[in-house]
Amino acid sequence: MAGLKEIRSQIGSIQNTKKITKAMEMVAASKMRRARERMDASRPYADKMRQVVSHMALGKLEYQHTFVKERETVKRVGYIVISSDRGLCGGLNTNLFKKAFQDIADWKEQDVEVDIAVFGSKALSTFRRFGVVAEATGLGDKPGMNDMVGTIKVMLDAYEEGRIDRLFLVENEFVNSMTQSPRVTQMIPIIAADMEEIQYHWDYIYEPESNEVIDILMDRYIESLVYQGVVENIACEMSARMVAMKSATDNAGDMIDKLKLKYNKARQAAITQEISEIVSGAAAVE
Amino acid sequence: MAMTMQLDVVSAEESLFSGAVQELIAPGSMGDLGIMPRHSQLITTLKAGELKYKTGDGEVSLFVAGGIMEVQPSIVTILADTAVRSEDLDEQTAKDAQKRAEDALEGKDPEDLDYEAIRAELDAAKAQIEMIHRIGKTLR
Repeated sequence: MAGLKEIRSQIGSIQNTKKITKAMEMVAASKMRRARERMDASRPYADKMRQVVSHMALGKLEYQHTFVKERETVKRVGYIVISSDRGLCGGLNTNLFKKAFQDIADWKEQDVEVDIAVFGSKALSTFRRFGVVAEATGLGDKPGMNDMVGTIKVMLDAYEEGRIDRLFLVENEFVNSMTQSPRVTQMIPIIAADMEEIQYHWDYIYEPESNEVIDILMDRYIESLVYQGVVENIACEMSARMVAMKSATDNAGDMIDKLKLKYNKARQAAITQEISEIVSGAAAVE
Repeated sequence: MAMTMQLDVVSAEESLFSGAVQELIAPGSMGDLGIMPRHSQLITTLKAGELKYKTGDGEVSLFVAGGIMEVQPSIVTILADTAVRSEDLDEQTAKDAQKRAEDALEGKDPEDLDYEAIRAELDAAKAQIEMIHRIGKTLR
C-alpha cells in the first residue's frame, strides 16, 4: 500500500516539468531559426569589410594602421568573451569558459596580464574575479550594434593607447544545430593569413584623408567581427538549449514510464494483499 | 541601354539593397558625391543623410546613418552604420560600458548575493542540526 499516493504526485510533478522543457525546446527551435537568419544577414557586411581591410593590410599603402602592425613585446593582452545571458543551454558556456581559462592561464605563465571585456551575464559572473574592464549584458535575442560599440571601444582604445598588445575574441562557432565549438581568434593585430589574396596594386582615392578613413574602417571591422560573434552565439545558445531541453524531455518521459511501472506494481501488490486478507479472513470464519 | 553598376548596401544587421543602378548620389562626409559607372577606385566615409540611386524602375532614396563607401569601376559597396555615430557619443557609450563593469564588480549582482547568503544560512542550519543530533545522542 505504501507510497501509492506519493508515486502519483511524483508522476504529476515530472509531467509538469516535461511540459515546461517541451515548451522551452519548441521556443528555442523557433528562435534558433530566426537567429540563424540574422547570422546570415550580417555576413555580407563582414565579408565586404574583410575584402576592403585585406586590401589595406596587404597593399603597400602610404598609411599603416596600428591594428596591422605586430608589436614585439607583449605585456598585457585583451580578451572579449561572448557568452549567453541565460543558462539552461547545456555545456555551451562552460565549454567556452574552459577554453578561455586555458588561454588565459597560458598568458599568465608567461607573466602577461589579461584584461577582459564580456558580453552576456554568464561571462560577467564567471570572469568577475579576473577583473572585467567593460561589459554588455542583456542584449536580448535581437542585439543592436548600439549596445555593443561602447564595450568594443574600451578594448580598441586600450590597444591604441598601448595598454594591451593583443586582442582576442572568445566565441562559440555555430557548426550545425547539433554542434557548437568554442574558439579563440586573434583580432588585433590583424593576421594577414586570414586575408584573401589580392593581385592588384592600385590604391584608392581617399576622401577625406586616408588615415581618417582607415581609422574608421578598422574600428568598424572589429565591431563587425564582434557583432557577428554575438549573433552567432545566440544561434548557438538557442540550438544548445533546444538539444538540452530535448534530452530533458526524453529523460522526463523515461522517468514517468518507470514510475508508472512502479505505481502499477504497488497497486497490484495492494490488491493481492487485500484478496489474501479477505480469503484468509473467510477461511478463519469457516 | 544605359550602363549600370552593381550596388550593394549592407549594414552589420542586414542587407539593405543589392542590384544594378545607373547612377547614385551618396552623402559623403566632404559633401555629396555623384557616382556613375566606371568611376575610379574610391573609398570615403559617409555622413548621415540621403542616399539616392537610379535603377531601371526609377529613382529610389534611402536613409543612411553614415558609414563607408567603397567604389570600384563596376561595383559600389556601401557599408552602412546602423545608427548615427559620433566621436562623443561613442566615447559616452564606452564609459557606460566600463562603469557597468565596475558596478557589477563592486556591487555584485543580486543573483550571486542571494546564492552566497543562502549558502551561509544553509551551512549554519547544518551545523545546528549536527549539534542537536550530537546532544540528542549523548542524552540518550
